[in-house]
Amino acid sequence: MIDVNTFVGGYPFRHVPHPEPAALVRVLERDRIDVAWVGHLPSAFYRDPAPGNRELRAQLASNKRLLRPVPVVRPDWPRWEHELRAAHDDGAPAVRAYPPQWGLGPHDAAMRELALATGELGMMLVLTVRFEDLRQRHALDVAGDLSAAAIRALARSGDRARIVVTAAGREMIEEVHWGLTPREQERVLWDISWIWGPPEDQLAKLFRTIGSRRFVFGTQWPLRLVQNPRANLDLLPDDVREMPLGSVERGA
Amino acid sequence: MSAPLAGTAPLIDAHAHFYYAGAGRSDWADLNAARFRAGERIGITYHVASVLGSYGFSSPTYFPSPDDVTAGNDAMLDIAAREQDRVRMYVTVNPNYTDHALHEIDRCVDRGAIGIKLLASRRADDPLLDVIADVAAERGLPVLHHIWQHRRREWPSQEISDGADLARLALRHPRANFILAHLGGGGDYAHTFPAVVDVPNVFPDVSGSGVDRGMLDGAVAILGAARLLWGSDLTMETGLAKLRALEVMGLDENALADIRWRNAVRLFPGGSFPRIAPNLGTHHAQHTALRAR
Repeated sequence: MIDVNTFVGGYPFRHVPHPEPAALVRVLERDRIDVAWVGHLPSAFYRDPAPGNRELRAQLASNKRLLRPVPVVRPDWPRWEHELRAAHDDGAPAVRAYPPQWGLGPHDAAMRELALATGELGMMLVLTVRFEDLRQRHALDVAGDLSAAAIRALARSGDRARIVVTAAGREMIEEVHWGLTPREQERVLWDISWIWGPPEDQLAKLFRTIGSRRFVFGTQWPLRLVQNPRANLDLLPDDVREMPLGSVERGA
Repeated sequence: MSAPLAGTAPLIDAHAHFYYAGAGRSDWADLNAARFRAGERIGITYHVASVLGSYGFSSPTYFPSPDDVTAGNDAMLDIAAREQDRVRMYVTVNPNYTDHALHEIDRCVDRGAIGIKLLASRRADDPLLDVIADVAAERGLPVLHHIWQHRRREWPSQEISDGADLARLALRHPRANFILAHLGGGGDYAHTFPAVVDVPNVFPDVSGSGVDRGMLDGAVAILGAARLLWGSDLTMETGLAKLRALEVMGLDENALADIRWRNAVRLFPGGSFPRIAPNLGTHHAQHTALRAR
Protein backbone atom coordinates (compact mmCIF):
# COMPACT_ATOMS: atom_id res chain seq x y z
CA MET A 1 0.00 0.00 0.00
CA ILE A 2 1.35 3.41 -0.99
CA ASP A 3 0.04 6.56 0.67
CA VAL A 4 0.38 9.18 -2.07
CA ASN A 5 -0.68 12.10 0.09
CA THR A 6 1.49 12.82 3.12
CA PHE A 7 3.60 15.75 4.24
CA VAL A 8 6.19 16.71 6.75
CA GLY A 9 6.49 20.15 8.26
CA GLY A 10 4.14 22.64 9.83
CA TYR A 11 1.00 24.27 8.51
CA PRO A 12 0.73 28.07 8.65
CA PHE A 13 -2.89 28.30 9.80
CA ARG A 14 -3.10 25.89 12.72
CA HIS A 15 -0.98 23.74 14.97
CA VAL A 16 -0.42 20.25 13.62
CA PRO A 17 0.91 17.70 16.10
CA HIS A 18 4.25 16.03 15.31
CA PRO A 19 4.58 16.58 11.57
CA GLU A 20 8.03 14.98 11.61
CA PRO A 21 9.40 12.15 9.48
CA ALA A 22 10.01 9.95 12.53
CA ALA A 23 6.35 10.22 13.50
CA LEU A 24 5.29 9.38 9.96
CA VAL A 25 7.49 6.29 9.95
CA ARG A 26 5.83 5.09 13.14
CA VAL A 27 2.37 5.77 11.67
CA LEU A 28 3.16 3.83 8.50
CA GLU A 29 4.38 0.84 10.47
CA ARG A 30 1.39 0.91 12.80
CA ASP A 31 -1.12 1.22 9.99
CA ARG A 32 0.57 -1.27 7.65
CA ILE A 33 1.31 1.24 4.90
CA ASP A 34 4.38 0.24 2.92
CA VAL A 35 5.52 3.53 1.44
CA ALA A 36 4.54 7.20 1.66
CA TRP A 37 4.95 9.88 -0.95
CA VAL A 38 5.95 12.84 1.18
CA GLY A 39 5.63 16.51 0.39
CA HIS A 40 6.93 19.47 2.37
CA LEU A 41 3.88 21.21 3.76
CA PRO A 42 5.33 24.70 4.33
CA SER A 43 6.56 24.77 0.71
CA ALA A 44 2.98 24.98 -0.52
CA PHE A 45 2.98 28.52 0.85
CA TYR A 46 6.49 29.57 -0.15
CA ARG A 47 7.04 31.73 -3.22
CA ASP A 48 10.30 30.00 -4.13
CA PRO A 49 9.98 26.27 -3.47
CA ALA A 50 13.71 25.48 -3.76
CA PRO A 51 14.64 25.93 -0.07
CA GLY A 52 11.69 23.75 0.96
CA ASN A 53 12.78 21.06 -1.47
CA ARG A 54 16.28 21.07 0.01
CA GLU A 55 14.76 20.79 3.48
CA LEU A 56 12.55 17.90 2.36
CA ARG A 57 15.47 15.97 0.89
CA ALA A 58 17.49 16.48 4.06
CA GLN A 59 14.63 15.41 6.31
CA LEU A 60 13.91 12.22 4.37
CA ALA A 61 17.52 11.30 3.55
CA SER A 62 17.75 8.57 6.17
CA ASN A 63 14.41 7.01 5.28
CA LYS A 64 14.17 7.21 1.52
CA ARG A 65 12.97 3.63 1.10
CA LEU A 66 9.89 4.27 3.21
CA LEU A 67 9.44 8.02 2.70
CA ARG A 68 9.75 9.01 -0.93
CA PRO A 69 10.25 12.74 -1.44
CA VAL A 70 7.76 14.58 -3.62
CA PRO A 71 9.26 18.04 -4.08
CA VAL A 72 7.53 21.11 -5.42
CA VAL A 73 8.09 22.42 -8.92
CA ARG A 74 6.70 25.85 -9.70
CA PRO A 75 6.51 26.23 -13.46
CA ASP A 76 6.28 30.02 -13.54
CA TRP A 77 9.55 30.32 -11.61
CA PRO A 78 12.88 30.74 -13.42
CA ARG A 79 14.85 27.52 -13.94
CA TRP A 80 11.97 25.31 -12.89
CA GLU A 81 13.22 22.70 -15.35
CA HIS A 82 16.33 22.31 -13.20
CA GLU A 83 14.21 21.73 -10.12
CA LEU A 84 12.25 19.08 -11.99
CA ARG A 85 15.42 17.38 -13.25
CA ALA A 86 16.85 17.43 -9.72
CA ALA A 87 13.71 15.76 -8.41
CA HIS A 88 13.97 13.10 -11.09
CA ASP A 89 17.67 12.49 -10.46
CA ASP A 90 16.93 12.21 -6.76
CA GLY A 91 14.48 9.37 -7.42
CA ALA A 92 11.30 11.28 -6.70
CA PRO A 93 8.25 9.42 -8.06
CA ALA A 94 6.32 12.63 -8.50
CA VAL A 95 6.35 16.37 -7.97
CA ARG A 96 3.76 18.58 -6.37
CA ALA A 97 2.28 21.81 -7.71
CA TYR A 98 -0.05 24.33 -6.05
CA PRO A 99 -1.62 26.55 -8.74
CA PRO A 100 -4.19 28.27 -6.45
CA GLN A 101 -1.52 29.19 -3.92
CA TRP A 102 0.61 30.66 -6.75
CA GLY A 103 -2.26 32.52 -8.35
CA LEU A 104 -2.10 30.43 -11.53
CA GLY A 105 -5.43 30.15 -13.33
CA PRO A 106 -7.03 26.99 -14.69
CA HIS A 107 -5.63 27.37 -18.20
CA ASP A 108 -2.14 28.46 -17.29
CA ALA A 109 0.29 27.45 -20.03
CA ALA A 110 3.15 26.90 -17.61
CA MET A 111 1.14 24.33 -15.68
CA ARG A 112 0.42 22.43 -18.88
CA GLU A 113 4.11 22.47 -19.70
CA LEU A 114 4.90 21.10 -16.25
CA ALA A 115 2.35 18.30 -16.61
CA LEU A 116 3.91 17.21 -19.89
CA ALA A 117 7.51 17.57 -18.74
CA THR A 118 6.80 15.58 -15.60
CA GLY A 119 5.18 12.80 -17.60
CA GLU A 120 8.06 12.80 -20.04
CA LEU A 121 10.37 11.91 -17.16
CA GLY A 122 8.06 9.10 -16.04
CA MET A 123 6.93 11.02 -12.99
CA MET A 124 3.49 11.99 -11.79
CA LEU A 125 2.14 15.43 -10.98
CA VAL A 126 0.40 15.63 -7.59
CA LEU A 127 -2.25 18.31 -7.15
CA THR A 128 -4.05 19.32 -3.95
CA VAL A 129 -7.67 20.42 -4.09
CA ARG A 130 -7.64 21.68 -0.49
CA PHE A 131 -5.80 21.46 2.78
CA GLU A 132 -8.72 22.23 5.07
CA ASP A 133 -12.48 22.32 5.06
CA LEU A 134 -13.72 25.59 3.57
CA ARG A 135 -15.66 26.33 6.74
CA GLN A 136 -12.67 26.49 9.05
CA ARG A 137 -10.14 28.43 7.01
CA HIS A 138 -8.08 31.23 8.44
CA ALA A 139 -9.04 34.70 7.27
CA LEU A 140 -5.70 34.94 5.47
CA ASP A 141 -6.19 31.61 3.68
CA VAL A 142 -7.85 33.00 0.57
CA ALA A 143 -6.32 30.93 -2.25
CA GLY A 144 -9.44 28.85 -2.64
CA ASP A 145 -9.76 25.26 -3.85
CA LEU A 146 -8.15 23.91 -6.98
CA SER A 147 -10.88 24.03 -9.62
CA ALA A 148 -12.25 21.20 -11.71
CA ALA A 149 -11.49 23.30 -14.78
CA ALA A 150 -7.81 23.38 -13.86
CA ILE A 151 -7.69 19.60 -13.56
CA ARG A 152 -9.51 19.09 -16.86
CA ALA A 153 -7.10 21.43 -18.60
CA LEU A 154 -4.09 19.48 -17.34
CA ALA A 155 -5.66 16.12 -18.19
CA ARG A 156 -6.21 17.38 -21.72
CA SER A 157 -2.62 18.61 -22.08
CA GLY A 158 -1.34 15.44 -23.73
CA ASP A 159 -0.82 11.72 -23.49
CA ARG A 160 2.31 12.01 -21.39
CA ALA A 161 0.52 13.74 -18.51
CA ARG A 162 -0.01 11.59 -15.40
CA ILE A 163 -1.83 13.38 -12.61
CA VAL A 164 -2.75 12.41 -9.05
CA VAL A 165 -5.43 14.66 -7.61
CA THR A 166 -5.61 14.64 -3.83
CA ALA A 167 -8.34 15.81 -1.46
CA ALA A 168 -11.17 15.97 -3.99
CA GLY A 169 -14.77 15.17 -3.17
CA ARG A 170 -17.32 13.24 -5.18
CA GLU A 171 -18.80 16.17 -7.10
CA MET A 172 -15.47 17.43 -8.37
CA ILE A 173 -14.33 13.94 -9.33
CA GLU A 174 -17.49 13.35 -11.35
CA GLU A 175 -17.34 16.78 -12.94
CA VAL A 176 -13.79 16.18 -14.13
CA HIS A 177 -14.12 12.53 -15.07
CA TRP A 178 -17.24 12.87 -17.19
CA GLY A 179 -15.81 16.01 -18.79
CA LEU A 180 -12.89 14.06 -20.26
CA THR A 181 -12.58 11.56 -23.07
CA PRO A 182 -11.84 7.98 -22.00
CA ARG A 183 -8.24 8.49 -23.08
CA GLU A 184 -7.95 11.67 -21.00
CA GLN A 185 -9.58 9.98 -18.01
CA GLU A 186 -6.73 7.47 -17.94
CA ARG A 187 -4.28 10.27 -17.16
CA VAL A 188 -5.93 11.08 -13.83
CA LEU A 189 -5.88 9.21 -10.53
CA TRP A 190 -7.75 10.38 -7.44
CA ASP A 191 -6.81 9.82 -3.84
CA ILE A 192 -9.62 8.79 -1.49
CA SER A 193 -8.75 11.02 1.46
CA TRP A 194 -11.78 13.34 1.21
CA ILE A 195 -14.48 11.07 -0.28
CA TRP A 196 -17.45 10.27 1.93
CA GLY A 197 -18.37 6.74 2.97
CA PRO A 198 -21.66 5.49 4.40
CA PRO A 199 -24.49 6.26 4.60
CA GLU A 200 -24.05 8.40 1.47
CA ASP A 201 -21.63 5.75 0.16
CA GLN A 202 -20.01 8.17 -2.25
CA LEU A 203 -16.83 6.10 -2.52
CA ALA A 204 -18.87 3.02 -3.39
CA LYS A 205 -20.85 4.96 -5.98
CA LEU A 206 -17.64 6.21 -7.59
CA PHE A 207 -16.21 2.69 -7.66
CA ARG A 208 -19.36 1.51 -9.46
CA THR A 209 -19.54 4.35 -11.96
CA ILE A 210 -15.95 5.39 -12.61
CA GLY A 211 -14.15 2.23 -11.52
CA SER A 212 -11.98 1.55 -8.48
CA ARG A 213 -8.78 1.59 -10.52
CA ARG A 214 -9.02 5.34 -10.94
CA PHE A 215 -8.52 5.72 -7.17
CA VAL A 216 -5.44 5.43 -5.00
CA PHE A 217 -4.82 5.41 -1.26
CA GLY A 218 -4.09 8.76 0.35
CA THR A 219 -4.49 10.14 3.86
CA GLN A 220 -3.29 13.77 3.90
CA TRP A 221 -1.31 13.07 7.05
CA PRO A 222 -0.36 15.04 9.17
CA LEU A 223 -3.38 17.29 8.55
CA ARG A 224 -5.92 14.48 8.77
CA LEU A 225 -6.31 11.21 10.66
CA VAL A 226 -4.42 8.46 8.89
CA GLN A 227 -7.19 6.04 9.92
CA ASN A 228 -9.86 7.65 7.76
CA PRO A 229 -9.32 6.21 4.26
CA ARG A 230 -8.78 2.72 5.64
CA ALA A 231 -12.03 3.02 7.59
CA ASN A 232 -13.72 4.09 4.37
CA LEU A 233 -12.45 1.01 2.53
CA ASP A 234 -13.44 -1.22 5.45
CA LEU A 235 -17.02 0.05 5.29
CA LEU A 236 -17.56 -0.42 1.56
CA PRO A 237 -20.64 -2.44 0.67
CA ASP A 238 -20.07 -6.08 -0.25
CA ASP A 239 -20.37 -5.60 -4.01
CA VAL A 240 -17.40 -3.24 -4.18
CA ARG A 241 -15.31 -4.23 -1.17
CA GLU A 242 -12.92 -6.47 -3.09
CA MET A 243 -12.43 -4.09 -5.99
CA PRO A 244 -8.74 -3.21 -6.35
CA LEU A 245 -7.47 0.33 -6.14
CA GLY A 246 -5.40 1.77 -8.97
CA SER A 247 -1.67 1.96 -8.84
CA VAL A 248 0.64 4.94 -9.08
CA GLU A 249 3.42 2.58 -10.02
CA ARG A 250 1.90 1.66 -13.34
CA GLY A 251 0.00 4.94 -13.62
CA ALA A 252 -3.43 3.40 -14.08
CA MET B 1 -20.54 -12.65 10.53
CA SER B 2 -17.15 -11.07 11.22
CA ALA B 3 -16.33 -9.25 14.44
CA PRO B 4 -17.30 -5.58 14.59
CA LEU B 5 -14.54 -3.31 13.32
CA ALA B 6 -14.69 -1.15 16.44
CA GLY B 7 -14.77 -4.08 18.83
CA THR B 8 -17.54 -5.66 20.83
CA ALA B 9 -17.80 -3.09 23.65
CA PRO B 10 -21.02 -1.06 23.66
CA LEU B 11 -21.14 1.84 21.25
CA ILE B 12 -23.78 4.57 21.08
CA ASP B 13 -23.99 6.87 18.08
CA ALA B 14 -25.34 10.05 19.71
CA HIS B 15 -25.71 11.89 16.40
CA ALA B 16 -27.41 10.03 13.57
CA HIS B 17 -30.06 10.82 10.97
CA PHE B 18 -32.61 8.82 9.02
CA TYR B 19 -34.60 9.66 5.91
CA TYR B 20 -38.09 8.99 4.61
CA ALA B 21 -40.16 9.48 1.49
CA GLY B 22 -40.89 13.11 2.37
CA ALA B 23 -37.19 13.94 2.34
CA GLY B 24 -37.29 14.44 -1.41
CA ARG B 25 -34.61 11.89 -2.19
CA SER B 26 -35.46 8.80 -4.19
CA ASP B 27 -32.62 6.94 -2.47
CA TRP B 28 -33.89 7.57 1.06
CA ALA B 29 -34.39 3.88 1.85
CA ASP B 30 -30.87 3.08 0.60
CA LEU B 31 -29.46 5.70 2.95
CA ASN B 32 -31.22 4.16 5.92
CA ALA B 33 -30.11 0.67 4.89
CA ALA B 34 -26.54 1.91 4.48
CA ARG B 35 -26.57 3.35 8.01
CA PHE B 36 -27.69 0.02 9.43
CA ARG B 37 -25.19 -1.91 7.29
CA ALA B 38 -22.27 0.27 8.35
CA GLY B 39 -23.56 0.35 11.93
CA GLU B 40 -23.46 -3.43 12.15
CA ARG B 41 -20.02 -3.55 10.64
CA ILE B 42 -18.67 -0.91 13.03
CA GLY B 43 -20.49 -2.41 16.02
CA ILE B 44 -22.96 0.35 16.89
CA THR B 45 -25.29 -0.80 19.62
CA TYR B 46 -27.72 2.12 19.39
CA HIS B 47 -28.26 4.87 16.82
CA VAL B 48 -29.76 7.96 18.49
CA ALA B 49 -31.23 9.71 15.50
CA SER B 50 -33.42 12.47 14.20
CA VAL B 51 -35.21 13.36 10.98
CA LEU B 52 -34.75 17.00 10.00
CA GLY B 53 -38.14 17.96 8.62
CA SER B 54 -38.13 17.42 4.85
CA TYR B 55 -34.36 18.02 4.53
CA GLY B 56 -35.03 21.03 2.35
CA PHE B 57 -37.60 19.47 0.05
CA SER B 58 -40.64 21.46 1.14
CA SER B 59 -39.05 23.81 3.70
CA PRO B 60 -35.38 24.55 4.48
CA THR B 61 -33.46 21.91 6.42
CA TYR B 62 -32.45 24.36 9.14
CA PHE B 63 -35.74 26.27 9.16
CA PRO B 64 -38.30 23.47 8.87
CA SER B 65 -41.98 24.37 8.75
CA PRO B 66 -44.20 23.00 11.51
CA ASP B 67 -45.80 20.57 9.05
CA ASP B 68 -42.42 19.26 7.97
CA VAL B 69 -41.27 19.00 11.57
CA THR B 70 -44.32 16.87 12.37
CA ALA B 71 -43.92 14.69 9.27
CA GLY B 72 -40.25 14.14 10.00
CA ASN B 73 -40.93 13.27 13.62
CA ASP B 74 -43.66 10.86 12.54
CA ALA B 75 -41.20 9.14 10.24
CA MET B 76 -38.62 8.98 13.01
CA LEU B 77 -41.20 7.56 15.43
CA ASP B 78 -41.97 4.82 12.91
CA ILE B 79 -38.30 3.94 12.43
CA ALA B 80 -37.66 3.90 16.19
CA ALA B 81 -40.69 1.68 16.75
CA ARG B 82 -39.73 -0.70 13.96
CA GLU B 83 -36.07 -0.86 15.04
CA GLN B 84 -36.52 -0.69 18.77
CA ASP B 85 -33.51 -2.91 19.46
CA ARG B 86 -31.10 -0.45 17.90
CA VAL B 87 -32.69 2.97 17.28
CA ARG B 88 -33.58 5.77 19.69
CA MET B 89 -35.07 9.12 18.76
CA TYR B 90 -34.55 12.84 19.17
CA VAL B 91 -37.68 14.91 18.63
CA THR B 92 -36.85 17.73 16.22
CA VAL B 93 -38.40 21.16 16.84
CA ASN B 94 -38.29 24.66 15.40
CA PRO B 95 -38.28 27.07 18.36
CA ASN B 96 -39.84 29.86 16.29
CA TYR B 97 -43.12 27.97 16.69
CA THR B 98 -43.14 27.66 20.44
CA ASP B 99 -46.52 26.01 20.93
CA HIS B 100 -45.89 23.56 18.14
CA ALA B 101 -42.43 22.78 19.49
CA LEU B 102 -43.73 22.09 22.97
CA HIS B 103 -46.55 19.97 21.60
CA GLU B 104 -44.11 17.94 19.48
CA ILE B 105 -41.88 17.34 22.49
CA ASP B 106 -44.83 16.08 24.53
CA ARG B 107 -46.19 13.96 21.70
CA CYS B 108 -42.91 12.31 20.75
CA VAL B 109 -41.50 11.85 24.25
CA ASP B 110 -44.72 10.12 25.22
CA ARG B 111 -44.03 7.75 22.33
CA GLY B 112 -40.40 7.12 23.25
CA ALA B 113 -38.21 10.05 22.16
CA ILE B 114 -35.25 10.42 24.54
CA GLY B 115 -33.82 13.79 23.50
CA ILE B 116 -34.56 17.07 21.70
CA LYS B 117 -32.94 18.11 18.44
CA LEU B 118 -32.50 21.81 17.72
CA LEU B 119 -31.27 22.90 14.31
CA ALA B 120 -30.23 26.40 13.36
CA SER B 121 -33.62 28.07 13.22
CA ARG B 122 -32.76 30.49 16.00
CA ARG B 123 -29.50 31.48 17.68
CA ALA B 124 -28.76 29.20 20.63
CA ASP B 125 -28.70 31.99 23.20
CA ASP B 126 -32.00 33.50 22.04
CA PRO B 127 -34.57 33.77 24.86
CA LEU B 128 -37.01 31.88 22.66
CA LEU B 129 -35.09 28.73 23.46
CA ASP B 130 -35.53 29.11 27.21
CA VAL B 131 -38.90 27.42 27.35
CA ILE B 132 -37.52 24.43 25.46
CA ALA B 133 -34.51 24.23 27.75
CA ASP B 134 -36.90 24.36 30.73
CA VAL B 135 -38.84 21.40 29.39
CA ALA B 136 -35.61 19.55 28.67
CA ALA B 137 -34.46 20.03 32.25
CA GLU B 138 -37.83 19.09 33.67
CA ARG B 139 -38.09 15.89 31.66
CA GLY B 140 -34.42 14.93 31.79
CA LEU B 141 -33.95 15.15 28.01
CA PRO B 142 -30.60 16.21 26.55
CA VAL B 143 -30.75 18.80 23.79
CA LEU B 144 -28.62 18.10 20.73
CA HIS B 145 -27.93 21.52 19.22
CA HIS B 146 -26.56 21.98 15.70
CA ILE B 147 -23.34 24.01 15.97
CA TRP B 148 -20.89 25.76 13.69
CA GLN B 149 -17.51 25.72 15.43
CA HIS B 150 -16.59 29.40 15.74
CA ARG B 151 -19.19 31.53 14.02
CA ARG B 152 -17.26 34.41 12.48
CA ARG B 153 -20.06 35.64 10.29
CA GLU B 154 -23.56 34.75 9.15
CA TRP B 155 -23.74 31.80 6.75
CA PRO B 156 -26.57 31.24 4.30
CA SER B 157 -29.43 28.82 4.95
CA GLN B 158 -29.04 28.76 8.71
CA GLU B 159 -29.04 31.00 11.78
CA ILE B 160 -25.91 29.39 13.01
CA SER B 161 -24.67 29.17 16.59
CA ASP B 162 -21.27 28.35 17.99
CA GLY B 163 -19.93 27.02 21.27
CA ALA B 164 -20.05 30.43 22.92
CA ASP B 165 -23.72 30.88 21.97
CA LEU B 166 -24.63 27.47 23.32
CA ALA B 167 -22.62 28.08 26.47
CA ARG B 168 -24.75 31.15 27.23
CA LEU B 169 -27.92 29.09 26.95
CA ALA B 170 -26.43 26.30 29.04
CA LEU B 171 -25.39 28.72 31.77
CA ARG B 172 -28.96 29.97 31.99
CA HIS B 173 -30.20 26.38 32.35
CA PRO B 174 -27.76 24.52 34.59
CA ARG B 175 -30.25 21.67 35.13
CA ALA B 176 -30.47 20.91 31.43
CA ASN B 177 -27.80 19.06 29.45
CA PHE B 178 -26.74 20.12 25.96
CA ILE B 179 -24.96 18.05 23.35
CA LEU B 180 -22.86 20.35 21.18
CA ALA B 181 -23.14 18.90 17.70
CA HIS B 182 -20.29 17.65 15.53
CA LEU B 183 -16.91 18.95 16.61
CA GLY B 184 -15.80 17.72 13.18
CA GLY B 185 -18.73 19.28 11.39
CA GLY B 186 -17.08 22.41 10.14
CA GLY B 187 -15.62 25.56 11.59
CA ASP B 188 -12.84 25.92 14.10
CA TYR B 189 -13.19 23.35 16.87
CA ALA B 190 -10.20 24.93 18.64
CA HIS B 191 -12.49 27.85 19.46
CA THR B 192 -15.13 25.54 20.90
CA PHE B 193 -12.95 23.98 23.59
CA PRO B 194 -12.31 27.16 25.60
CA ALA B 195 -15.84 28.38 24.85
CA VAL B 196 -17.44 25.48 26.74
CA VAL B 197 -14.74 24.21 29.07
CA ASP B 198 -16.22 26.00 32.08
CA VAL B 199 -19.80 25.04 31.30
CA PRO B 200 -20.18 21.50 32.63
CA ASN B 201 -23.60 20.87 31.10
CA VAL B 202 -22.30 21.11 27.52
CA PHE B 203 -21.14 17.82 26.02
CA PRO B 204 -19.63 17.94 22.52
CA ASP B 205 -20.06 15.02 20.17
CA VAL B 206 -17.11 14.17 17.93
CA SER B 207 -19.09 13.52 14.76
CA GLY B 208 -18.75 15.28 11.43
CA SER B 209 -16.75 14.79 8.26
CA GLY B 210 -13.72 16.62 9.68
CA VAL B 211 -10.89 14.35 10.77
CA ASP B 212 -8.22 16.92 11.54
CA ARG B 213 -5.30 15.54 13.50
CA GLY B 214 -5.19 17.33 16.82
CA MET B 215 -8.94 17.75 17.15
CA LEU B 216 -9.50 14.68 19.32
CA ASP B 217 -6.29 15.29 21.26
CA GLY B 218 -7.45 18.82 22.03
CA ALA B 219 -10.92 17.71 23.00
CA VAL B 220 -9.64 15.09 25.41
CA ALA B 221 -6.89 17.28 26.84
CA ILE B 222 -9.05 20.36 27.41
CA LEU B 223 -12.53 18.95 28.07
CA GLY B 224 -11.73 15.42 29.20
CA ALA B 225 -13.24 12.13 28.11
CA ALA B 226 -16.15 12.55 30.53
CA ARG B 227 -17.44 15.45 28.40
CA LEU B 228 -17.35 13.78 24.96
CA LEU B 229 -19.79 11.60 23.07
CA TRP B 230 -19.09 9.48 20.02
CA GLY B 231 -21.21 10.07 16.94
CA SER B 232 -21.09 9.85 13.17
CA ASP B 233 -23.66 12.27 11.71
CA LEU B 234 -23.40 12.04 7.89
CA THR B 235 -20.06 10.25 7.61
CA MET B 236 -19.76 6.92 9.38
CA GLU B 237 -16.24 6.24 8.09
CA THR B 238 -15.00 9.30 9.97
CA GLY B 239 -16.70 7.91 13.07
CA LEU B 240 -14.83 4.63 12.74
CA ALA B 241 -11.58 6.47 12.06
CA LYS B 242 -12.05 8.53 15.22
CA LEU B 243 -12.63 5.40 17.31
CA ARG B 244 -9.40 3.93 15.96
CA ALA B 245 -7.58 7.21 16.58
CA LEU B 246 -8.85 7.40 20.16
CA GLU B 247 -7.43 3.94 20.77
CA VAL B 248 -3.97 4.85 19.52
CA MET B 249 -4.01 8.09 21.52
CA GLY B 250 -3.54 5.91 24.57
CA LEU B 251 -6.80 6.57 26.39
CA ASP B 252 -7.43 4.10 29.17
CA GLU B 253 -10.35 1.70 29.11
CA ASN B 254 -12.52 3.96 31.26
CA ALA B 255 -12.00 7.00 29.07
CA LEU B 256 -12.77 5.02 25.95
CA ALA B 257 -15.92 3.61 27.53
CA ASP B 258 -16.99 7.11 28.52
CA ILE B 259 -16.78 8.34 24.95
CA ARG B 260 -18.13 5.18 23.33
CA TRP B 261 -21.25 4.81 25.47
CA ARG B 262 -21.07 5.68 29.15
CA ASN B 263 -21.50 9.44 28.82
CA ALA B 264 -24.53 8.85 26.61
CA VAL B 265 -26.03 6.50 29.17
CA ARG B 266 -25.51 9.16 31.83
CA LEU B 267 -27.04 11.92 29.71
CA PHE B 268 -30.17 10.27 28.35
CA PRO B 269 -33.11 9.27 30.53
CA GLY B 270 -32.62 6.16 32.62
CA GLY B 271 -33.51 2.95 30.84
CA SER B 272 -32.96 4.37 27.34
CA PHE B 273 -30.44 1.71 26.41
CA PRO B 274 -31.55 -1.59 27.92
CA ARG B 275 -29.11 -3.67 25.85
CA ILE B 276 -26.24 -1.87 27.54
CA ALA B 277 -26.97 0.01 30.58
CA PRO B 278 -27.48 0.00 34.20
CA ASN B 279 -30.31 2.34 35.00
CA LEU B 280 -28.35 5.55 35.58
CA GLY B 281 -30.11 8.87 36.02
CA THR B 282 -29.78 11.86 33.77
CA HIS B 283 -27.77 14.23 35.91
CA HIS B 284 -24.97 11.77 36.56
CA ALA B 285 -23.37 13.22 33.46
CA GLN B 286 -22.75 16.67 34.92
CA HIS B 287 -21.50 15.24 38.20
CA THR B 288 -19.12 12.95 36.38
CA ALA B 289 -17.88 15.76 34.19
CA LEU B 290 -17.26 17.95 37.21
CA ARG B 291 -15.45 15.20 39.09
CA ALA B 292 -13.25 14.53 36.10
CA ARG B 293 -11.93 18.09 35.93
